[in-house]
Amino acid sequence: MRYIPNTDRDIEHMLEVIGIPNLEALFATIPESDRLRSPIEVPPSVSEFEVLRELSQMAARNANSDTHDWFLGAGTYAHFCPSAIDALVSRAEFLTAYTPYQPEISQGTLQAIFEWQTMICELTGMDVANASMYDGASAAAEAVLMAMRVTRRSRIVATQGLSPTYLEVLRTYIDGLEAELIVVPRGPDGRSEPIAPYVDSETACVIVQQPSFLGTLEDLPAAAQAAHDQSAQLVVTVGEALSLALLTPPGEQGADIVCGEAQSFGVPMSIGGPHVGFLTTRKECVRQLPGRLVGETVDSEGRRGYVLTLATREQHIRRERATSNICTNQGLCLLMATIYLALMGRRGLRELAEINLSKAEYAKQRIRATEGLSLPLEAPTFNEFVVSVPDSADAALERALNAGIVGGLKLDGYAPDLTPSVLVCTTELVSAQAIDRLVEALSGSGR
Amino acid sequence: MSDQDRISEVGNTGAGTTYEEPLLFELSREGRAGYSLPELDVPRVLPEEILPEGSVREDLKTLPELSEVEIVRHFTRLSTWNAAVDFGLYPLGSCTMKYNPKINEKIARIPGFLLAHPRQPDALLQGFLELCYELESQLAAISGMDRVTLQPAAGAQGELAGIMMIRAYHEARDEQRTKIIIPDTAHGTNPASAALNGYKVVEVPSSDEGILSPEAVAGAMDDDVAGIMVTNPNTLGFFEEHMTAISEIVHARGGLVYGDGANLNALMGVARPGDLGIDVMHFNLHKTFSTPHGGGGPGSGPVGVKNLLAPHLPTPVIQKEVGAEGPQFRLENDLPHSIGRLHGNFGNAGMFVRAYTYLRSLGPEGLKHCSEMAVLNANYILARLRGTPYRIPFDRTVMHECIVSDAELSETGVTTADIAKRLIDHGYHPPTTYFPLIVPGALMIEPTETESREGLDRFVDALLSIAEEAKTDPDTVRTAPHHTRRSRMDETKAARHPVLKWTPEPPT
Amino acid sequence: MSETEIPANLKYSAEDEWARDEEGRVTIGITHYAQDQLGDIVFVELPEVGRALEAGEVFGVIESVKAVSDLYAPVAGEIVAINGDLESQPELVNADCYGSGWMCVIQLADKSELQSLLDAEAYGRHVQERDH
Repeated sequence: MRYIPNTDRDIEHMLEVIGIPNLEALFATIPESDRLRSPIEVPPSVSEFEVLRELSQMAARNANSDTHDWFLGAGTYAHFCPSAIDALVSRAEFLTAYTPYQPEISQGTLQAIFEWQTMICELTGMDVANASMYDGASAAAEAVLMAMRVTRRSRIVATQGLSPTYLEVLRTYIDGLEAELIVVPRGPDGRSEPIAPYVDSETACVIVQQPSFLGTLEDLPAAAQAAHDQSAQLVVTVGEALSLALLTPPGEQGADIVCGEAQSFGVPMSIGGPHVGFLTTRKECVRQLPGRLVGETVDSEGRRGYVLTLATREQHIRRERATSNICTNQGLCLLMATIYLALMGRRGLRELAEINLSKAEYAKQRIRATEGLSLPLEAPTFNEFVVSVPDSADAALERALNAGIVGGLKLDGYAPDLTPSVLVCTTELVSAQAIDRLVEALSGSGR
Repeated sequence: MSDQDRISEVGNTGAGTTYEEPLLFELSREGRAGYSLPELDVPRVLPEEILPEGSVREDLKTLPELSEVEIVRHFTRLSTWNAAVDFGLYPLGSCTMKYNPKINEKIARIPGFLLAHPRQPDALLQGFLELCYELESQLAAISGMDRVTLQPAAGAQGELAGIMMIRAYHEARDEQRTKIIIPDTAHGTNPASAALNGYKVVEVPSSDEGILSPEAVAGAMDDDVAGIMVTNPNTLGFFEEHMTAISEIVHARGGLVYGDGANLNALMGVARPGDLGIDVMHFNLHKTFSTPHGGGGPGSGPVGVKNLLAPHLPTPVIQKEVGAEGPQFRLENDLPHSIGRLHGNFGNAGMFVRAYTYLRSLGPEGLKHCSEMAVLNANYILARLRGTPYRIPFDRTVMHECIVSDAELSETGVTTADIAKRLIDHGYHPPTTYFPLIVPGALMIEPTETESREGLDRFVDALLSIAEEAKTDPDTVRTAPHHTRRSRMDETKAARHPVLKWTPEPPT
Repeated sequence: MSETEIPANLKYSAEDEWARDEEGRVTIGITHYAQDQLGDIVFVELPEVGRALEAGEVFGVIESVKAVSDLYAPVAGEIVAINGDLESQPELVNADCYGSGWMCVIQLADKSELQSLLDAEAYGRHVQERDH
């Protein structure tokens, strides 16, 4: 067994030191009747190259952004990940370290988290960012729980523009608490209906996704006004983090908590995880923020360094009265995002966002000009939008697949009023030529 | 210190290839770039012209401007400031810092796993769905549970899911139970997870032997108790010998038993939680099944249940259907009694790939051998520390980890934290300290199976030499570590006046 | 451990708060023993002025780097003043817990309630019992 150094001779010596006759005796405290008396029923082990071959064959049965032109987004985005990211996060010093409890030997992880916190604050326009959440969905749920603690209220107003899975996760999280969830419907142009009528003096927060699940840009200042008029908090959740490089930061539009999914920042799609959620707030609410936080300080010789701080919010100290039960963060994925943001930098990230926008506008223009296709929602969008197709979403996507294209998300179950339609996303990975072929395939005009 | 001074610290500091490293933002120089983007093959759109007024942001002025080589050096240098399992023994109790095999990483990076999308049609995702189905089956076989969901993103979210299923079970039977029993040795996540479900926590003390007694549980058990959360082996490293009896007591009053699987590394092939009356438990793929800890995450916390809780599993569940064209796997969302969804997608899928690779590499004998060696290593450390200045609060055979206390050293003025810090000078990441809470001055040592006998000997020798040093030269211990690039950090300053992000220095 | 200071002219609660009565206006803080047990205080959360408290009600939170403790109202009444300096200088609680580290002033609802608190001697015994 190549992962275990001890040989039979080592084992013999160690048993002697312990003073027991055999390995069996190590388990003497387990009552006889509790023991497993047969081997575990899992397949026998195979060698390294056989594992590689077996798993490669499994992997080959999954379509991916290398095998197909990719227009499927809906919360997970096919952006390019520069090579330096994987090279750096594969370093064992990052990969095989634990949570940085011992700052003297964890400054690498700690400083990277501090850099992440700084960049997330810049992107969202907020004061404080934590050291990440599991994903965008649980970040949204934790954001809502946080707003409930801050306001000591329990009514939640969410817009239908939230990703359906985010809404599901939110429902799951609040199910055990005495909370009420109200959903504001989508208006005809794809944005939320006016929110103010749904907010009252019992409302803890309004939560809005920007851009919405269907890609439309919501009116955040109006949402902020609706929330603040009743002293409720505005929570903004961001599914496509690249949009933050282009759009006015939610923090400048009245958001009290900004959360979201940062997978777009150099984290591979990896079938939906591990990704990395972020959660930010204003300075005065930092003690209600869940998750790890890294702060700057000095060592005993006055040299600058970083530590985990404000830990009294957390479960290992406050136990049942903690802000959350969260323990791990998504350290490795936040490191990917931090490296990505450093590589793209001040100008590259904006340029990339504009490329995404330009591709989407080109695609929309082609769709408008194509018989059988239309754009049912008029509100402005970033890199994702709804396309009405002539026959059925299944048929349209099947035509795309036959042309080597994963064409988007079938919206039948998500937006019945728009059926038949497809949610299409254009990142920098799709060429103009691929867009042309997609449009042709969705419309059926190439048959 | 000005930016320019910090920059001058970069490079050789007189300590060989030991580098000081400023923040990215301090290194930034206008005009540098670390990216490469394709030529735009569609007409360029000006955001201001097509987006509503006021919706386009200004410059991302804090983001750095650096070349790729500078960024690679920055993070490479930062990495050298970390301790890690690949450097050596990392005996952090309760965290199971075992070796993370390289093949796991390689396989997780195959494009069919790395570049596939969670919402692509089931038909285009058959390889992954099969892997999930097989991983669920194998985790069920290891634990003796009937069904497994892989969705929870970490152990704590697994606990949350498990307690939600217990709540859903009682609610489906129209029972309003309000309490959860938790032993005093539990991880902090247990009470926090119970509280998130609206449950009150009833704490029960451990016996003089460091385990739960059936009497203590019976005393706390009544018809308002929804269930009990038990970590087995517990955080003192002991097998809960009365687990079956405790399960019976709880079941008899209609409660359910939650098993915290954080310490499953001791039991693979030896005993199965499902055979001891556990109704629901979580696994930590990043502990027991060798997925990397990554500086704090990602974790992955699958949950196994007995059939009575299966209707409440989170959605979606993966189903296998055998048809004319062989087995097909599909996602089932229609579960009327499900607790719902916990993750935006399937969970931390990349960790499933790594854990599955590990299981295929080990097989039944390999798994059992891991547990045997983990337990052997822990008992070896304990045996070697017996009769030394370290006190053994409960001197019995342990499972995968052992607890010693430094209480006898306290008269030297040296604290547990000091000993932990001094271990760093000997080249070790310290064990978990001051936990479990019921042992004063606890050092919780979990060597794992991937350490050699002589490696353990060196670690024990280091502990003994520190105990000696505490008597002869306590100051050196109290001010440790001495061979790190930062000495002890001022945590009070960090908490009193939090600086949680970089801000540019105002121009002078 | 340093010698615990327990001024004779104050009243004490079993939860380690002290109280100084000035004609019905009662100043509240935590004892020397409590601040010593907590270690370096990093944050004090205090209630709003005007809030009415029951005796024994949690009115705030005090945090050190690695511990957190609730603050319990030793007597019932209305909060009429809080120590705003603690927001920026929580270290005052360590430096001068009976002086500049005070926390709030409660306008007593029922003066007789003070009689139920411990005197210095009784509190001293209470501290000793817990240390053993």
